Amino acid sequence: MERLLDTVRTRAASIALILGVFVVWEVACLGFRVSDIILPRPSQVVAVLVDRWPAIAPHASQTLYTTLVGFGWGVLVGVALGVLIGSSRLAFQTAYPLLVGISSIPKVAVVPIFVLWCGAGTVPAVLTAMIICIFPIVVNVATGIATVEPELEDVMRTLRASKLDILWNVGLPRAMPYFFASLKVAITLAFVGSVVAETVASNRGVGNMMMIASSSFNVPLVFAGLFLLAAMGVSLYVIFSLIERRVTGWAHRKTDLAVAT
Amino acid sequence: MTVAPLVQASPPLASTTAAAGLPPRPLIALEDVTVRFGRGAASVTALAETRLAIARGDFVALVGPSGCGKSTILRLVSGLLPPSSGTVIVAGREVGAEPVRIGMAYQNATLLPWLTVRQNVMLPLKIVEPFRSAWRRKKRGEYRDRAEALLAQVGLKGFGDKYPWQLSGGMQQRTNLCRALIHEPDLLLLDEPFGALDQFTREELWATMQELWMTKRTTVLLVTHDLREAAYLANRICVMSARPGRILEDCAVAFPRPRPMEVVYEPDFVTLTQRLRTLIMGVRSAASL
Repeated sequence: MERLLDTVRTRAASIALILGVFVVWEVACLGFRVSDIILPRPSQVVAVLVDRWPAIAPHASQTLYTTLVGFGWGVLVGVALGVLIGSSRLAFQTAYPLLVGISSIPKVAVVPIFVLWCGAGTVPAVLTAMIICIFPIVVNVATGIATVEPELEDVMRTLRASKLDILWNVGLPRAMPYFFASLKVAITLAFVGSVVAETVASNRGVGNMMMIASSSFNVPLVFAGLFLLAAMGVSLYVIFSLIERRVTGWAHRKTDLAVAT
Repeated sequence: MTVAPLVQASPPLASTTAAAGLPPRPLIALEDVTVRFGRGAASVTALAETRLAIARGDFVALVGPSGCGKSTILRLVSGLLPPSSGTVIVAGREVGAEPVRIGMAYQNATLLPWLTVRQNVMLPLKIVEPFRSAWRRKKRGEYRDRAEALLAQVGLKGFGDKYPWQLSGGMQQRTNLCRALIHEPDLLLLDEPFGALDQFTREELWATMQELWMTKRTTVLLVTHDLREAAYLANRICVMSARPGRILEDCAVAFPRPRPMEVVYEPDFVTLTQRLRTLIMGVRSAASL
């Protein structure tokens, strides 16, 4: 009961903070008479979102779609690479510098290349989202698998367990908390990737909508795009947090499971 | 109650007994085994020309100063480490090819935190043949009962559905022993399994271990720093020298079983542990000179 009250209190505090920021923003804009071409008020942004929703919705669904597809492929490729690299010390040491190299390339810079290869539109956005979210997944999965206790590995090997047995029974479950932590980072990065690509080379998506709106000084619409992106990012983050809680509860035992049992 | 005299190490070689056709052959035989780590000038000899034979069903303890190669012997016998020279024979074959089942328990219980105690204990059945083939069919029936029975035997009845981190250190180590024994290994390798426990818990686990050994008669090779533990549990104690390790003394421990915990205060027991202690202290000081 006390724990419940505690959670309610923290939730209430964070909601109050978010609302507070909007209120201050609103009041400041009104008080200092800030033009809505410089900084629109939150109420204006929401009004735009509601009024022009039929026009905004296709862009939102396009961005959500490219992000999720890119993210899905990123997870597949990231887990595969992570397992591969984590299973062998040699692979880990050999491939790591290359991975760091690739990950340090600013992803905006590769969008033109994708456009060159695949044309403008959905494909480069999906590819950019994928590329940008692979790295944290690979690193986390590989770390989870590579840091299996040597004693445990000895115990398994004396049982004549194959590499696959060890991976399946020990390595993968052990990597799950790392994997889910990386998913939460990856999903927000995937949005960055797809929006950047849409901004550069697409005629659909929230990124593209914001580009067009800003070129016609429709600043409230630009901010509406931002709000939309934030809302989608937060929703997906929450979904993955919930899945994480269910799947890897054992890793957060101090807070949750101890009470459940 | 008498203590057998400390006899000089002269274990029979497996090959000679085999050649003479003399049964029973030892389950484990190390023949002039040397282990070196590293290459060239920087190489370290961990184990030098070691001979050791262990009969099936015996309980042997390896004691010695730290870094003397006790754990190296365990790793050799389990096939995790190949010898630099010499041969390691387990169940009549060279190690690695042997059909024997091995159970292993370390000081660190290494239970899997995402599995319940029972699932942890059942893990070897999922991996080792012939249990593995029937895993899907029997995991909810026979294997589950077997795990529960073993847990009950070590005093963990009713803890099967708990998670490892809900258990005390001693209980975790009991679970670890169950995991090492569930697949009825021919050979149980213990590397200081009770080292991290407090005195009282440790003594409780000695009693549990003795009881397990007396019911199952598994061959046990125990590595320990604790001379009382070695003398209480083992039938034979092998004392190792400092690095490069070799076996200095091989003495039988003749206290009748089941040994009550009070045996550790008997004069014969104290004399034995003191002799072992003097021996190891001598080895240590010789090594540091």
